Amino acid sequence: MTSGVEAFLEGVVRTATPLALAALGETVTERSGVINIGLEGSIIAGALGAVVGAAHGGVWAGFAFGAMCGCAVAAIFAVFAVTLRADQIISGTAVTLLALGGTGTLYRVLYGSAGAALNTPTLGPMPVPLLSRIPLIGPALFAQPSITYVLYALVPAVSWWMYRTHSGLGLRAIGENPAAAIAAGVRTKRVQFMAVLFGGFLGGVSGATLVLAQAGTFVEGMSAGRGFIAIAIVVLGRWNPLGAVLAALVFGAASALQFFFQATGSSLPYQLFLVFPYALTLVALAATRGRTSAPAALGRQNLDQG
Amino acid sequence: MPPIASVCRGLLSRHQQVSDDVSDVALQLASITKRFGRVAALSSAAFLARRGTVHALLGENGAGKTTLMRIAFGMLRPDSGSISVNGVGQSFASPADAIDAGIGMVHQHFTLVPAMTVTENIALGGRGIFRPTRTRDAISALAEKTGLAIDPDARIEDLSAGAQQRVEILKALARDTRILILDEPTAVLTPLEARELLRKTRELISDGRTAILITHKIRDALEFADDITVLRRGTTVWTGSASNATEAGLVSAMLGGESALDDSDAHSGAIVSNGAVVMSLRNVSVRDEIDVERLSSVTLSIHAGEIVGIAAVEGNGQRELLRVLAGRVGATVGEVTIPPVVGFIPEDRQRDALIRDFTVRDNVALLGAGARNGVMPWSDIRADARELLHDYDVRASGDTVRAGTLSGGNQQKLVVGREIEGSHTALVAENPSRGLDVQAAAAIRVRIRAARTAGMAVVIYSPDLDEVLALADRVVVLCAGKASEAPMEYEAIGRAMLGLSGR
Amino acid sequence: MTETLAFVMDMLVHATPLIVAGLAVAIAFRAGIWNIGADGQLIAGATAAAWIGVSTSTEIGWLALPLALIAGAIAGGAWAAIAAWLRSRFGVLEVISTIMLNFIAIYGVSYLVRGPLQEPTHVYPQTSSIVTGAHMPTLVAGTRLHWGFVIALVLAVTAWWVMRYSAAGFRIRASGANPFAARSAGLINVSRVTSVAFIVSGAIAGIAGAIEVSGVTFALYENISPGYGYTAIAVALLAGLNPLGVIGTGILFGALETAAGTMQRNIGVPATTASVIEAVVILAVIAVAQLRVHRATSVA
Repeated sequence: MTSGVEAFLEGVVRTATPLALAALGETVTERSGVINIGLEGSIIAGALGAVVGAAHGGVWAGFAFGAMCGCAVAAIFAVFAVTLRADQIISGTAVTLLALGGTGTLYRVLYGSAGAALNTPTLGPMPVPLLSRIPLIGPALFAQPSITYVLYALVPAVSWWMYRTHSGLGLRAIGENPAAAIAAGVRTKRVQFMAVLFGGFLGGVSGATLVLAQAGTFVEGMSAGRGFIAIAIVVLGRWNPLGAVLAALVFGAASALQFFFQATGSSLPYQLFLVFPYALTLVALAATRGRTSAPAALGRQNLDQG
Repeated sequence: MPPIASVCRGLLSRHQQVSDDVSDVALQLASITKRFGRVAALSSAAFLARRGTVHALLGENGAGKTTLMRIAFGMLRPDSGSISVNGVGQSFASPADAIDAGIGMVHQHFTLVPAMTVTENIALGGRGIFRPTRTRDAISALAEKTGLAIDPDARIEDLSAGAQQRVEILKALARDTRILILDEPTAVLTPLEARELLRKTRELISDGRTAILITHKIRDALEFADDITVLRRGTTVWTGSASNATEAGLVSAMLGGESALDDSDAHSGAIVSNGAVVMSLRNVSVRDEIDVERLSSVTLSIHAGEIVGIAAVEGNGQRELLRVLAGRVGATVGEVTIPPVVGFIPEDRQRDALIRDFTVRDNVALLGAGARNGVMPWSDIRADARELLHDYDVRASGDTVRAGTLSGGNQQKLVVGREIEGSHTALVAENPSRGLDVQAAAAIRVRIRAARTAGMAVVIYSPDLDEVLALADRVVVLCAGKASEAPMEYEAIGRAMLGLSGR
Repeated sequence: MTETLAFVMDMLVHATPLIVAGLAVAIAFRAGIWNIGADGQLIAGATAAAWIGVSTSTEIGWLALPLALIAGAIAGGAWAAIAAWLRSRFGVLEVISTIMLNFIAIYGVSYLVRGPLQEPTHVYPQTSSIVTGAHMPTLVAGTRLHWGFVIALVLAVTAWWVMRYSAAGFRIRASGANPFAARSAGLINVSRVTSVAFIVSGAIAGIAGAIEVSGVTFALYENISPGYGYTAIAVALLAGLNPLGVIGTGILFGALETAAGTMQRNIGVPATTASVIEAVVILAVIAVAQLRVHRATSVA
């Protein structure tokens, strides 16, 4: 029984890890007032990049190249949405299409028309001595692939940066009131560009995690909407890093519960669990009306004019 | 045309002699020219502030004061001209550069982040690690030293206008600002707060800082400034020591000797209107979305054939009053009687009156769009649009050009024409000459008077009291949401605007 | 020759849902509503049409078809109405809410085709076939082209006329182009106009789903929409949000996808190349538009 619950919790954290990585990046992006729905594109690019990188230099080369690919896709978005001040939604949609199509095409070009299933080296679980032996939550939190521990380190780092540095303060100010940020000498476009790149970087890492810590291979369209899910997570996490991780766990739990109930042959429709986090996000959005924590200038196009 | 430029040059060279020691000059702007489209906002404007002084930059609305100082602060780039700070030539690409050079600016419209605390707002724009506790202590110390009392932990959205102003100034001072530009700092303050602030400004320069005070209030300039520069139509027309200046001299410098509002063709002082009541309010109050009372039990009647001028310091309920009269906002309490269609010329025409991406014809079609049913009567609208272009002298190459491509003056003529032709009974105009050059503003005033003569009931608000007096048959003053009738004289209206009348 | 003809017919079949969903997106975007949810609305419409198709008695004959289309429109409109309500009542960004609703629609269908609407043998995750009365008649005998394409054309022309010549269409355009001026100068109830436009947009996307079920799939499957709602954004943008233009861009993208499928089968060029081309087209269009804006503002 205990081992069943432990397995379930372990599944929650495993599913949540790539979601949390992507959502953490998107949190930073959205705090600068830019909503990047091209994040899906960074994730899928990161996944393909991971396969290519890992084939040449092992797992960590896979992560590095995946992150670079995620960054590159985000850079395309940023040129349009930040530099040219084109509409963020349209640019994001185009970039998602570009990356989903582009990775599919590249994969076939690189690895044959049939898209032969390719096995890459993967990260196995790396139990942390002592901590992983804590009952119930030990294995879930501390017997994960090492990328999960990177996430643990990133959350306080990003929080600290966002709330305890002047550049983090500038980032938050742009999202709230760009005119004020400009007047205070914050270089709006540069900060937004960097925030988008950071989001793309973690999006790439997220995609690489799917390949290198989970699937062990690339499948066309394997991002499976995680970029959009990450946007939901950012909302549910109320635009802060720790919130993003907790919300990612909610989504992770929902999909782990789904497998759990399918396995136990319960009569409850498993889709209920899948739908739950989205419905919860909608309710949370509606409920926070008035005192919403969304950056006030989120998604606004002509930030220069305030 | 008197050689204003040469007079100006003479004045400037005289000024240069006064302060020929270059190390004494904090900020110098030389032959600054800036155009917005076809309108020259500044042409060869010059400005020189001596270190350790309060320097008033005087001028009427639209004279180019704010534009000039935005250039000094790196928010705008001049088309030509040079900037030097402490004798060193500068080229600012953004406010960040100007801040590095020791310049700070407090804008007329606050540039604070409402969702953040005082501490966070003041820290904004800094570098490295942000230590809230240390910053908070530094702010407390600075607030104490300068006497600008503030709670460092308060959120901006919970503060009064006066407190927000103090935050803006502290924000500038916290960066070791040596040259502080204040853009109309008293506009949102009560009279008491305003005097207090100006006194504080004098104290701030005691340790070698320089303060530049953008204002259109001659008295403030004379009382609180060491030096004064007057801008008119984008050009420096007078500069010198406040002790050498007189009120009359400054008025004529600002207005150019003749009244800038000499377009009053048929204005003959107050006319007692005998027309029927067209718009009336009885005990009308308006509360905004956060339940603050903006308009407080106002009773008012506007007759056919009269222009009622509204005079008020910014933020005293004029915005709400005009929108209630125009039927754009409902009264929270009280009785509003207005015609079914009231023409309305809002202050921000680009936002509220026109659709820039629509053609002139589409913009004419906007009139009454909310109530129209069925098929668009395009052929009638086309005829109306062409007639309007002709009758109101709108310079456009046709009725199918985009409204955004017209000059500001022509856009406003289009709006004025549409709103007058759309109603014929009542017109409400909010700062109708905002951002227009002198000729275009005069043309708009001619139209508004013509509407009155044709029997419309007209209400007009302008932040420029001269314009109110030039247009109005009688004046209603708003102060803290309360309305009172005032005699048609500058002095009395000014006092009533500050809430001093009757005491 | 027949091969060419077959290609053209396939192209038009592919174009049909893209044109209809493209119209849905164009109308919403014109109203200033960023409806990313055409996919979810299309799925809702397909679901309702399939439900009518499998649950009505064969007695009502051809009446099943209009019923299915109407049901599709209502379901799509209702799905959009949720986001419209969240927007007008709670100020929830429709970009975010429609993304959520897309996922909910996908999982909803997944539940239905494995649960209450599953075919009687309970083997496949799909509904049973809809009654023949709900089938869209074939337009060209011996091909897959059906009357849905004609419906798409009629919808496009109607939408074009409404946006250009009706007072309601003018209100939608004004509200989208500048809501402040629409409210202040036009005395337009912008919130109501945009909500209605949002719901109409959803209803049209719902019709796209209903047409797909009644003309192509004849049953409801899990992946009833291969992302039509997202491609529709490209279709609408490339057409400059002009309903007549949507016909052209919808056919273009239909051709692109048909050609991509053919090329993959024949010469091994990946079908995903089509989305790359679509994306490049959108990016090129917005780059040109933005550069023009930048030039205009720097001159003015």
